[in-house]
Order: sequence, then C-alpha cells, then structure tokens
Amino acid sequence: MLTVPVETQLLFAGILFLLGLIGLLVRRNMIFMLMSIEIMFNSAGLAFIIAGTRWKQPDGQVMFIFILAVTAVEVAIGLALILQVYHHYKTLDADAVNRLNDSNNI
Amino acid sequence: MIKFIALIPAIPFLGFLILAIFGQKLTRRSAGLIGAGSIGIVAILTLIIGIGFIGSLPDVKSYSVVVWKWINAGNLSADISFSLDSLSMVFCFVITFVGFLIHIYSIEFMKNDEGFTRFFAYMNLFVGSMLVLVLADNILLMYLGWEGVGLCSYLLIGFWYKDPANGHAARKAFIITRIGDTAMIIGIFILFLNFGTFNINELMLQASEKWVSGSSIAVLTAALLLCGALGKSAQLPLQTWLPDAMAGPSPVSALIHAATMVTAGVYLIARTHVLFSIAPIVQAAIAIIGALTLLIAGFSALVQHDLKRILAYSTISQIGYMFLALGVGAWSAAVFHFMIHAFFKALLFLGAGIIILVLNEEHNIFRMGGLRKKLPVVFITFLIGSASLSALPFITAGFYSKDQILWYAYSSRNGSILLWVAGIVGALLTALYSFRMIFITFYGETKTEPAFKPGKLMTVPLIILAVLSLVAGFVELPGSIGNFHLFSKLVENTLPTVTLKSNENLEFLFQVLSSIIALSGIYLAYLIYYKKPALAEPFNQSKLNKFFEKGWGFDKLYDTLIVRPIVWLSVIDKADFFNWWSVGLSKLALLTNQLLGITQNGKLRWYLMSFVIGIALILTYMLFK
Amino acid sequence: MNVFFYIAASVAIISTIMAISGRNAIHSLLYLILSLLAISVVFYLLDAPFVAALEVIIYAGAIMVLFIFVTMMLNIGQERKTEKKWLNPRMWIIPSLLAGILLVDLILALKNITTITVTNQSILPKQVGISLFSTYLIAVEIAGILLMAGVIGAYHLGSQKKKVTHRFLEKK
Repeated sequence: MLTVPVETQLLFAGILFLLGLIGLLVRRNMIFMLMSIEIMFNSAGLAFIIAGTRWKQPDGQVMFIFILAVTAVEVAIGLALILQVYHHYKTLDADAVNRLNDSNNI
Repeated sequence: MIKFIALIPAIPFLGFLILAIFGQKLTRRSAGLIGAGSIGIVAILTLIIGIGFIGSLPDVKSYSVVVWKWINAGNLSADISFSLDSLSMVFCFVITFVGFLIHIYSIEFMKNDEGFTRFFAYMNLFVGSMLVLVLADNILLMYLGWEGVGLCSYLLIGFWYKDPANGHAARKAFIITRIGDTAMIIGIFILFLNFGTFNINELMLQASEKWVSGSSIAVLTAALLLCGALGKSAQLPLQTWLPDAMAGPSPVSALIHAATMVTAGVYLIARTHVLFSIAPIVQAAIAIIGALTLLIAGFSALVQHDLKRILAYSTISQIGYMFLALGVGAWSAAVFHFMIHAFFKALLFLGAGIIILVLNEEHNIFRMGGLRKKLPVVFITFLIGSASLSALPFITAGFYSKDQILWYAYSSRNGSILLWVAGIVGALLTALYSFRMIFITFYGETKTEPAFKPGKLMTVPLIILAVLSLVAGFVELPGSIGNFHLFSKLVENTLPTVTLKSNENLEFLFQVLSSIIALSGIYLAYLIYYKKPALAEPFNQSKLNKFFEKGWGFDKLYDTLIVRPIVWLSVIDKADFFNWWSVGLSKLALLTNQLLGITQNGKLRWYLMSFVIGIALILTYMLFK
Repeated sequence: MNVFFYIAASVAIISTIMAISGRNAIHSLLYLILSLLAISVVFYLLDAPFVAALEVIIYAGAIMVLFIFVTMMLNIGQERKTEKKWLNPRMWIIPSLLAGILLVDLILALKNITTITVTNQSILPKQVGISLFSTYLIAVEIAGILLMAGVIGAYHLGSQKKKVTHRFLEKK
C-alpha cells in the first residue's frame, strides 16, 4: 500500500495542472491549447482518484469516469471546431480569430 | 348670470384641452365644430352677460368673481379672479364675436391643411388667454394672459413650421414682444413693492393717493408699462415684428395681429389710465409715439408689394391712432376706434386670405388684378372694408371713430395742432394706400386667374363684418350730426371723459376737413394707380421708395445695433468655462470607453491571461486572509 | 511501493514538460501519451486498477488518437518555423510566474490537511460498478446523453458544406 503522504500526491496533481495551465497560456497553436486543456482535465481526475483513495470510497473513481466522458465529448467537439476554423482562416493561430473585438484603437 | 363670467375664459381653454389631448382621434368636422363652437358659445354667453350688465348700469359699474386662490406666499397673494366692467365688456364682445366669425372662416380656409386640429387648439388657447387678459382682476393674472397671447402668437405665426422662414418670423415676434414684456413685469414689480397688492383697482386707487403727479417713480412705472404696451401693439420702436408676422395663416393675422392681440397694449393703458394721468410726461409720450408711428407706418404701407404687408403696416398705423387718442386723454374714442378697427381690419385680412388662397399663394399685388368680376363678394366686402379704413364720410363706421380721434387730437386739453396735422396726413396716406390696394388688386387686367370660388363659410363672415363696418359707427354720432353717444356713455362708466379746450363748435369744421382729405386721397389713388400709372413711376424707382419699403430702415438698424453684436458675442463665447464642463464630461466618457475597450480585443489568450491573473490574486488573497 | 510512485510521478511531469514545450505537434502528442501512461501507473498504485485501465484505453487510446488523427489531417507537423517564431523564451516568463504563485498557494493550502491513515483495502471495480449504477444512475444516463450530443455536434460541426458557385461565376 502506498504510504506517500496525501499532500505530496495532491501536490503532484497540482503540478500537473499548473503545467497544463502554463501550456495553455504560452502556446499559440490551437491544437496545443486543446492539448493543454486535456492535461488539466487529467490532473483534475487524478486529484479525484487521490481523494477517493484517501477516503476509501468509490465515488472518486465514479467521478473520474464522468470526467472522462466529458473530456471525450469536449475533445470531439473542440477538434471539429478547430477543423472549421482552419478551413475558414487557413491557420491555427489563436490570435487570428479576433473578430469579436470591441476596442476603438486609441 | 353675472357669476358665469368665469366661464367666458374657461370654455376656450376647455376647447383647447379637448383638441390638444384628443386631437389625433377627432375628425376634421368635429375638430372644427369644437374649435369654432367653443368660441360661439362664449360669444353667446358674452352677449347674454353683456345685456344683463348693461341693464344694471349705472348702478353697478363692475362685477368681480373670485374663482380660486392662485398664489399665497407671505404677503404676496394673487387670485384667479375676473371682473367685468364696461371696458372689458367691449373688449370681450369684440374678441368673442370677431373671433367666432374668424373661426368659422378658418374651418373652410384650413380645410386642406394637415395641421387642422392643431390650428384650432392654438386658436382656442389664444382666445382663452386674451379673455383672461381683458377680464383679469389683478395685474398678475393679466400678465398671465399677456404671456399666453404672446405664446400663441409665436405658435401661430410659425404654424407652417416646415418652412424655416416662418420659424424665424415667429422668433422675431416673440423676442421683440419679450423686450416689452420684461419692462412690463418690472413695472408690475415696482407697483407691488410700493403697494403690496396686485389688484388693479386697488393699485390705481393707491397710486392716485400716494404718488405725486409727475414724480419720478410714477413716471418710471408708467414708462415701463408703456414699453410693455409698445411691444405687444407694435408701436415705435418695437414695431418691426408685425410685418414679418404675416407669415402665419390669414385667419391668424386677422384675429391676432389685427383685432385682438395687438390691441392688448391699448387695453393695458386704458385699464391703468390713472397711472398715466399722474405721469403726464408719459402720456404725452404716448401721443407722440402714436403720431410718429402712424406716419411711419402709413408711408411704409404706401409702397409695399405684398398684400398682407400693406395690411400689417396699416394695422400699425391704426393702432398709432388709438395710441394718439390715449395720449390726449380721449379714452372712449380710443376704445371706439379699437372696436371699429377690429371689424374692418379683420374683414380686410379675411378677404386678403381668400384672394391669396384662390390665387395659389400669390402675395404680390402687382401679379393680381381684375378680380372685381371674378370674385364679386370679396370685392364688395373688401371695398367696404377699405372705405371704412379710409374713413369715407358718413356712411362708414371708420369715419365716426377716426374723426373723433382727430377732433380730440386737436381739442383735448393735452392735444395740439401738431398732433392733428399728423393725424390728418395719416388719414390722407390711409386713403391713398388702401385704395391703391383696391385699384391694383381688383381693377385692371387679370394677371393670375382664381382657381376656385370661395365657399359660404368664408364669405358669410365677410358679409357680416362688412355690414358691421358700415353700421357699427352709428352707436356714436358726434354732436354735429346726431349727438347720439351710446358708446361713450357706456365706456365712460369706467373711463373718464375727455376734457376739452374751450372751442367745441369747431367740431363740424374739422369733420368737413377730414372728409375732404379722405375723398381727395381716394381720388389721388384713382389718378395715380388706375388712370395714369406713369405718374407714380419716378417715385417707384426712387431711393425713398426703397427706404419706405424696408420699414424706414428699423430692421437694419436693430440688426446692426443689437443682433449682430449679440451673435458675435455668443460665437466668441462658444468655448467658455461652462461649456468645458459639458464637453469635458462627454470626452471623459469617450476616453473611458476607449480605455476599457482595450480589454475587449477579441484575443483568446488575452482573456485567459486575465482569468489566471484573477485566480492567482483571489487565491492569494484568500489564503493570506 | 513509494519509490514507484515517485518514479512514475517524475516521468509524468517530465514528459508533460516536453509535451507543452515541443515544436513538433506529433512529438508533443506522443510525449503526452507517455505522460498519461505514467499517470495510469500512479492510478494503479493508488488502488484503482479499473480506472488505470480506463485511463489507458479511453484517454490515451481514444482521445489522444483522435488528436493525432486531426493533427495528421491538418498536416501541421511540418510547420516548425511558425511554432519556433511563436515560442520564444520570453513568452514563458509571465505564465511561469503566475503558475509559481499558484504553486506556492497550493503548497501553503496543503499544509493544513491531516495525514493519511494506512489501511489495506483496495477498491474493486465491483464496488465502483455498484456505486455507478445505483447511486449515480442519473448521472450515467446524462453522461450518455452528453455523449450522444457530442457525437451529433461533432458530426455537424465537422461537415464542410461545399461552396456552390453559379456556373457563370466560376473562374475558368
């Protein structure tokens, strides 16, 4: 049985999450941004499993299964949207899709 | 019946409210019915009350009815109260009766206009305000009516608001009369400060007791009130607005700028005659202003091309006669001339309205002509009106009223031979320009064909007014002809009799003289404008002609002296301190918009960054709390 | 047993770092799959064998494969230059700073929880299944509907309408 302290485990999940966050902020390619979001989802699931193990209940794993379902759907739809954007703008630059802007250019 | 005096101004106001609130839903027919009907009811009411009032003379000279308390602040109190005496009765009668005829005329005149209901709403408001003015018991209520008629004058002159020139004329009228109104309210303030009341009878009583005749305060107050009268009645120097006010529809010109509003000044001076009696300098000034105005306007009327402008200058001139009469103390003569003038001037304006309407808005008399056979009813009534205006001897009412004024101008204690000369020259001019108008418009060859014949609703009021212009004079026959003084006996219940110098028996001579002048004026007009138009040619081309036509240059004078400096001042003052505040506020809003707009640049990563910064801040804050 | 945890954890972290900082899309995705496998090991160590299997099958096996398919379809692996231009080191400073702040917050927050009590009970898939289909039945159904929505949405969003220009407007 694992005797690693829960804090360390949660810290591990947190570090993974933060790495995903950094990836999201830094990268400009939309595929990479989506990938970073995946990392974040995964680390959240990991945190749930850790909690479930800590409290000795199956609820953590149940939650992870649901997160998995949501992630799958989200990736599918996200990639479909990225395909549409690519066919329209011919680029995967996240800064290219800024038509919803409202600034008046001082 | 007397307690129904309050209904007299109330019914037109009610008519105004109905037309203003429900105007959109009313048909033309019902709007006309309400508009003219309300004035008709008031006319009948006035008649009934008038008969009752006359019957009770000479025991009771005036009736007062308090309707409600208006202002009650400390020792300043004014009521809505109306009082009826012979002066206000004469005015009420003229306003309601002539007003009723004009409203009937307007039903047909304005029948194709899109602002039909609005017109009747304004006209009713006007008649209501004018009745408040003449029936008011206290001077503050009279000022309310005064302002009300000023407002309606503005609204009705600029009735056809889509043409900016009409709006300009309306503004000019309003601003110039405003100058007079300001002087008047200052005068009212002085009266209140000194006597603590607004009631006119009270004021007059106390003024005659406490103020010394000729003292500076009496002169000041009288002069201020006089300025108010000058503005409303378009006398020198505030006469420039009336010719431009002809931009309004002809019924408006007839009602407001001929018969009623412009005589409000006459009413004011007659009402406060005690004040003017104790300021003889001001009264003399009234006479001189009247004499000068009637001459200036008479010369101007002689050279106008626009039919309505001739009549406008004629109105200014005739009111000059009324002021002349007031100035020499012939109070009842002034009121008599007011009544007769209302009849024939309204008639002339209504007739001019018909002519302009059937000739498709043609105003220039030199493009009319030969209408004698084409519009017979209009011609005959117009002829009668002009004859009355020129004071054709014995048969027209104008003769009796104008003649009285001319006689008193010489023979009254305040009168002089100079005033009489001015009056008689004015009479010659009057005959000259009115028959010039007749000969050029109705005789000769037709230059513009009438498009249609006027209907009954337009011609019947003309006929009624024409009849009145002939017979209404017979209520006041001078001593040498019939010695029948019905009118002056009525008015002298309120106004004092004129005091004469000693030579009464010259009256007949003066009458003969004025008859000769009137007839020779008509003959001259016939010669110059009908028989041999070439005689007038050198004068027509002269510079003097242009000078007269432009109203003796008063417009230009005021423009250079007053209008231009004010416009210049306001232009250079455009960006002053107060402007900075309002402009600054809008600039601040724009700046904030631009600043905040930076945060909405549509870039996803920017938004994400702001999320994360926010989260970091909040979590750190919560952790360290 | 603990040492396996630490090894798997460090593998996961390193491969994640390689994934987010890579220039080639395919390489990044492969690194990510590696990271997911490491996390699956961690799951197994955490007495959740069913979930570990699920992670490999669904997450690494389906979702990441989907990513790879789309990446290959869009053929972005070749664009190394743009990626290089967009990924200068200067860009990393502020996100790292923010992540660092959040990490500090996390550590400080974690100091306050109690330590684990050791037991020898593993959570079997049977337990998970029973819990799933009794307590969380509605959520399962909703997840099913969500998946259906996802399928239909992806189908619609992914279809490209052929732009039909009139034959007179076609460029010859």
